This record gives sequence, structure tokens and C-alpha cells, in this order.
Amino acid sequence: MTDHTTRRTFLGLAGSAAVLGAVPIVVVRPAEATPAMLSSAIRNIVGEANVRAGRVKLDIPPLVENGNTVPMTVSVTSPMTADDYVKSIHVFNEKNPQPNIGNFYLGPRAGRAQVSTRIRLADSQKVTAIARLSDDTFWSATADVVVTLAACTEGAI
Amino acid sequence: MPSALINVPAKARRGDVIEIKTLMSHIMETGYRHTASGAVVPRDIITNFTCRYNGTEIFRADFYPAISANPFITFFTTATESGKFEFEWTGDKGFSETASAAITVE
Repeated sequence: MTDHTTRRTFLGLAGSAAVLGAVPIVVVRPAEATPAMLSSAIRNIVGEANVRAGRVKLDIPPLVENGNTVPMTVSVTSPMTADDYVKSIHVFNEKNPQPNIGNFYLGPRAGRAQVSTRIRLADSQKVTAIARLSDDTFWSATADVVVTLAACTEGAI
Repeated sequence: MPSALINVPAKARRGDVIEIKTLMSHIMETGYRHTASGAVVPRDIITNFTCRYNGTEIFRADFYPAISANPFITFFTTATESGKFEFEWTGDKGFSETASAAITVE
């Protein structure tokens, strides 16, 4: 704060920031993934198949402070036998610059259809996990995450 | 220097489902950040991860910039025989690292 800043201008700035609800953290941001990009990323994986809700469990904190490292676990209800298993798990997001997060390829030998990792989220948004089973049906789960410190695009280095 | 942390049980009974944890040190630069002068910091990420169990691929992953720095992956497999797990990470700028872990199955 400079010497020229008076108490009045400071309070004025603080007031306008409060009116906005929050001080914006992200100043420059490349175009975020649009719902169209998200659905085309999903179409790339599932093709014309129907994606049904269920069988997939997406464990992710509903409120995270730091979007740079968000723990996430995806598990799928499956017997994981030679003729009924999970082929792959795909994770997508709504508002990062890119809609894809990761693809994980399993097989009947996995024994348990569960994958954990840590992801980045650039904004409060929905995260979707889609599982492809051995009979080529697709199942999904979606979770809402509120992020207070955005990842990827914040600040210069 | 890149380095991997691997956690595989040293011993298991045949047929047990075991958990494998892996962490590879890597910046995972997204390609969406800028320097103070406005230049884009080029993308530098790990794009592929593979795990083989006695030569057979049991797990594979594709990474995007939305995977956090120092990618940490946990997955499962069924212990079938004694032998070796081999892990491989490849990515941008010719990144390629391997690690391995042994298991005794009784």
C-alpha cells in the first residue's frame, strides 16, 4: 500500500471487493472447457453408446482448499471375473482448460476395480467418472466440488 | 532427478488382491501457466504409465495436465505368482523412467 492511499479509498476498495463476493484470484485464464468440449471428450470414449448412472462410486472431497492436489478415488461395483470385469475408467471435468483428467485401463486380473490419484481443478465444478465394463456398457458417477484456490492457471511464476 | 516411490507388499498368498501405490517425482507443468513477462510455460507432463507383472500388462493409464504434480496412483491386482512388477512412466521432452518391485507369493 502506498503513502497516497487514504483510509477512505482503502475502505472503498474493500467494500467493492466485498460486493463482488470474493477477490478474483484468476486474472488471466485461457478459455475453459465448455460443456460442448466435455460432451465431445466423452463421445470420443463412449461413441454412440448409452451412459447410465450407477455402479460407479466417485470419492472426492466436496470442498477443497487447494485445487492443485485434490485426492480422488473411483471404484466400480464389479465381480472382476474373467467374463465380467471393468475394462477402463475415464475421468472428466467441466471447467479446466481441458476436459480430460485421466484414463485408467484395468483387466480381470485387477481383482478390485478401484483407482486413486490426485488431480488439479481450475474452478468449482463437476467431475465425472465413466467406467467401461467388459460387456461394453458404460456407467457413470458425477460429483460437485467447490474449490477455493484454483489450480493450473493462477498467477505468473 | 526423477525418482519413484513404489509400495508393493513383499509377500502375499496366492489369489490375494493386493494394493500397489506408485509415486513419480515430476513437475507436471500444465502448459497453461505464464511467466511474469507473459510467455507461456511449455507443457511438460508424464503422458503414460504402465505396470507389468512378470511381463504381462496389468494396469495402464493416460495422464492429462489435470493430474497433479508428482503423480500418485493407487490400483489393485491379484497375486498369482512370485515375480516382479515393472513400472514405466513416459512423457513430454523424452521423459522415460522405470522402476520395479519383487513379490513372493505363497
